[in-house]
Amino acid sequence: MGFVWLLLGPVVIYFLVQGAITHIDPAGKKDINNPVIWVIIITIFTPIAVGLMIFGYYAVKGEYNHLPENSAEV
Amino acid sequence: MNQTTAAPTNVIRQVIIASSVGTMIEWYDFYIFGMLAKTISNQFFPEGNATAALLSTLAIFAAGFIVRPFGALVFGRLGDMIGRKYTFLLTLILMGGSTFLIGLVPDYKSIGMAAPLIVLLLRLVQGLALGGEYGGAATYVAEYSPARKRGYYTSWIQTTATLGLFVALGVIMLVKLNMSDEQFNAPWGGWRYPFWVSIFLVIVSIYIRMKMDESPIFSKLKKEGKTSSNPLKESFRNKANFKMVLLALFGAVMGQGVIWYTGQFYAQSFLETKCALEFEQSRTIMLWAIAFATPFFLFFGWLSDRIGRKWIMLSGMLLGVVLYPFIFGAFLKDTDTKTWLADNPQLVKEERKVSVHGEQSIVQVSAHYETASGAEYTRLTTDTVAQLSTADLATNTAKATSYVNKKLPQGTYIKFTFLIWVMVVLVTMVYGPIAAFLVEMFPTKIRYTSMSLPYHIGNGVFGGLVPFIGLLLTTSFPNEPLVGLWYPIGIAALCFIIGSIYLSNKIDRDVTD
Repeated sequence: MGFVWLLLGPVVIYFLVQGAITHIDPAGKKDINNPVIWVIIITIFTPIAVGLMIFGYYAVKGEYNHLPENSAEV
Repeated sequence: MNQTTAAPTNVIRQVIIASSVGTMIEWYDFYIFGMLAKTISNQFFPEGNATAALLSTLAIFAAGFIVRPFGALVFGRLGDMIGRKYTFLLTLILMGGSTFLIGLVPDYKSIGMAAPLIVLLLRLVQGLALGGEYGGAATYVAEYSPARKRGYYTSWIQTTATLGLFVALGVIMLVKLNMSDEQFNAPWGGWRYPFWVSIFLVIVSIYIRMKMDESPIFSKLKKEGKTSSNPLKESFRNKANFKMVLLALFGAVMGQGVIWYTGQFYAQSFLETKCALEFEQSRTIMLWAIAFATPFFLFFGWLSDRIGRKWIMLSGMLLGVVLYPFIFGAFLKDTDTKTWLADNPQLVKEERKVSVHGEQSIVQVSAHYETASGAEYTRLTTDTVAQLSTADLATNTAKATSYVNKKLPQGTYIKFTFLIWVMVVLVTMVYGPIAAFLVEMFPTKIRYTSMSLPYHIGNGVFGGLVPFIGLLLTTSFPNEPLVGLWYPIGIAALCFIIGSIYLSNKIDRDVTD
């Protein structure tokens, strides 16, 4: 499953950028037409998507096969 | 702290009260801005001014999405370095102070652009403070709690977000019901009272918190010189800890965030906008449901001490995925105007307004109906016509018709309250055990930092985006009334899968390390 999470990150970024291109409209009055909101959302979601890719990478590597049982392992 | 060294019950009770009351007030402060957004917008961010509109957008979005996680980092770091008590005392002062000051800012007409700018700054301080508060309160209570009651004791903290919403709804309703709309919306009118009330609540909470001691586990760590010198580095650049931060976010908190926002915020917005319920009924439905569901935070916190945290939280997510389409579908079906029109509606009152605009007139007819089964609604018809005589206006066919201010009959009102209650119970399942779950995932010296960031990304970003993405989906698929649910259902399902595969159900009894 790790590969799924690894690939999901770029897919999320693609859909966000695609959504921004489709919906940004200076003449529009709704929130989704507002470029500022899209800039905020893409800025905040891109690191999260990268985090999901790293999570996938760790999962592929088997890092989650054993979870730490005490702080010494962290 | 293990069971043998746990603090006495009376001390724990004081710790829970001091932490919970303060956190509840912080939530109250944060919510009233959102609930009064329309009035605040009229006072500080007038339409037609591009800069004011930009500041308004930043005030609404940036405070939740950017500043909250940033606050988690800033105050998490402080909390791991100087201690939990002083850090969450500071967040309380910042939150209460900024809320009170928002209530004192003169409106746009009085001081121009300075008004929205000051409000934006104060709102950002609110977001920052909220980002720092929760991790401190949860950690503080957990570090006092005996191992076998950690879920139960920290679940008191988990009630605060819901109680804060409850108090905010209650205070606003109380003020609104005791004055006219004009008095409430006036520049120095009733909308400011909930902001002013905050200062009294905060003073009481600061007094209570000042009397408390630092967390015993953190004090011991500090005494031994084992606190972290760079919590951010140790939390996020240490692979072993960072992978747990990612797991907490994608396997638990992101699903919890969307279930929470859907049950308590999207549901209310859905009732008011999609179902067009009248203000008082939609709010009282929420209040009743929240009041009856709140004890379940404690129940699921208690249960998590016995059977583990993982499956309670994941069951809440799975139930949300399965039940949301049925629940929201029932809301739409029971408020469908076609059914009400077939229920022998009787005209109770009709008002006609005509406004002249050059050579054209806008005619608005507001007709209030009551059906045989006790439902009420207002039919609004608007038409633009050339200037005609009154007789001509009466015969004109209306072009735009909408049904608003729907009032449910008693039986349906109870049914809606029950369905919202079910959704809030799901919130209690995902949210009740999560403080103990997060505390047990991370070591004491970087606990505040490590648990605060995923929590605020999960709730602030994933949860906070539920209304926006709902709007985005509704615009893209206008013929699908339940399309707004795809996002919370998708995120909750994804989180359920990740959590099921990778999370452990084992309770870490020893959080002293």
